[in-house]
Amino acid sequence: MVTLAGVTKQYNGHPALVDISLTVADGEFLSLLGPSGCGKTTLLRLIGGFERCTKGSVLIDGRDTDGVPPERRAVNTVFQNYALFPHMTVFDNVAFGLRMANRPRDEIAAAVNGALDLVQLHGMAARRPAELSGGQQQRVAIARAIVNKPRVLLLDEPLSALDHRLRKQMQKELKQLQRTLGITFILVTHDQDEAFAMSDRVVVMQQGRIEQIGSPREIYEEPVNLYVARFVGDINVLAGVIREKIGPNLYTALVEGVTVQLRSDRPLSLAQPVHILLRPEDFRLAVEDAATPARELPGTIRHAGLKGTVRRIFYHGATYDVEVSLENGTRIQVTEFFDEDSDTLSCTPGDRVTLGWHEGWEVVLPHEE
Amino acid sequence: MKNNTLFRRLLIGATWAWMALLALVPYLMLVGASFFERGTDTLVRPGLTLSNYLHLLSPTVFTMAADSVALAAVAALLCLLVGYPFAAILAHAPARIQPLLLLLVMIPFWTNSLIRTYALVMLLKADGVVNSLLLHAGLIAEPLRLMYTPVAVFIGLVYTLLPFMILPLYAALKTVDPQLLEAGRDLGAGRVRNFLHITVPLTMPGIIAGTMLVFLPALGMFYIADILGGARTMLVGNYIRDQFLVFRDIPTGSAASVTMTVAMGLLLVLHHLARRRSGKEMLP
Repeated sequence: MVTLAGVTKQYNGHPALVDISLTVADGEFLSLLGPSGCGKTTLLRLIGGFERCTKGSVLIDGRDTDGVPPERRAVNTVFQNYALFPHMTVFDNVAFGLRMANRPRDEIAAAVNGALDLVQLHGMAARRPAELSGGQQQRVAIARAIVNKPRVLLLDEPLSALDHRLRKQMQKELKQLQRTLGITFILVTHDQDEAFAMSDRVVVMQQGRIEQIGSPREIYEEPVNLYVARFVGDINVLAGVIREKIGPNLYTALVEGVTVQLRSDRPLSLAQPVHILLRPEDFRLAVEDAATPARELPGTIRHAGLKGTVRRIFYHGATYDVEVSLENGTRIQVTEFFDEDSDTLSCTPGDRVTLGWHEGWEVVLPHEE
Repeated sequence: MKNNTLFRRLLIGATWAWMALLALVPYLMLVGASFFERGTDTLVRPGLTLSNYLHLLSPTVFTMAADSVALAAVAALLCLLVGYPFAAILAHAPARIQPLLLLLVMIPFWTNSLIRTYALVMLLKADGVVNSLLLHAGLIAEPLRLMYTPVAVFIGLVYTLLPFMILPLYAALKTVDPQLLEAGRDLGAGRVRNFLHITVPLTMPGIIAGTMLVFLPALGMFYIADILGGARTMLVGNYIRDQFLVFRDIPTGSAASVTMTVAMGLLLVLHHLARRRSGKEMLP
């Protein structure tokens, strides 16, 4: 178990991490997600022992690690550029940690071959890193770390150098590996898809601070602020003002000139300005004045009726994005799925449409500057 | 663009012409002379002979060559031991001051090495700077005998040749990715084992290059042994110099010179082959 308690890190007086507190459970897959410079790599280096906290402490299995050098921590790292030893074979690279631990020779051979099998690199033991593809080098880096059976494996943007297809595949394999080994994984990434696809919990960071910790679903569906909402996936941000409280957690509000119902777990006061966050796929649209019979908006989304005009349509294969501009000029992106029985688009640019969203799918946040 | 290529050609052509005229042609003359006979009135007399080379196959020459090799090897080892920490400090110094430190390494080159060797005499002689300082500090009761000892010769060789060791080592150390050392520590190696298992193997090209750059010139640096060591040790360099300037035996001096060049060339070829092999030896 890794516990960060009030960790602050400064470089020459500039804060890189500010009062970070976080507990990582045994066997958990945790991602640190954020843009470059948000401090996520610094956090990883603190756990790895390559940096020291300015304030606060890092505890591994309940023990304060301050002053414990990397070589004496039960933590191993998969570095961003793999950092394989170029003068050693794949075997020697993977065996390095066990040799440093003075393990018996036959035990080392068995463990290295086992680790190479696990990352599907049998038969590559005698190669040099320079003779491997990027994906194979990545696997060696993983094998070199896990062969030591660390309590925690730190992964610093391990897949960023791979192409899209290989990255997807390695994501699955890493997740599989983590389940098999039961090791705690802490992954640093700036890629939201990657964090979501692999993690039990995601830590969204910005400028040295934690913005939100939660399961991928919580982060996506219930972002706690505009920053998190905008960082993970596309989102539409509508402006509104609370008008009336009409029930527990239920309000009416004026949103983009239209009176709609909002659901919110936060207490909201009358006349309070708010942001209403909606994912493009939360919307449904119906063409108002088409010659063909219009698709009716289902009942659950009829409570909101924003009027607008279709501007552009972007085709994505299984889905298509519709850009709608509301009467007051606000642009909204809507993702529509193709109908089961029709492969035609439901609208064309210039159409006047009514937009609604699934009741209760909206996220209401207090207004931020 | 056209001007540029013309300029380039002129520049490269001038360099080639310079090398050909002042290095290649004299050397070919030397090779030619090594097969000529010694003349009584003229310096050389045409006539093909191998006797100059056969002269070299004497026990005296062998002893002298062995002494020279031993001296050069010890000098190279001393340079490596002194130069490696020096280069490491240099490579890890803040990027801003590295050029300054490099400049300090190279400034001595601006003065002729012969003059610098005479300057060393001023430091090392019985009433020289070193002895005066030690006497004044009360560390010694009477002057140390430094001049005309092997110690003085090694001081001179190391002082003169150290930059040739430092520069390749510095270049090699700069190419070692610091992340590899972090990876080593992450995998349980402390600083010492990191150095032995990662830094040393990765800087081996620099170690070999520096050793060659010190060892080969040390074989021929006759004037340092002459000035600082006295005339008691005969080295390959002194021998060749004596053939030319003392005995006026140009063919023998030429033969010794050519033999030494060939030996050095062979060393370089061996080094090259070893490097090519070491890149592949681990392959199945």
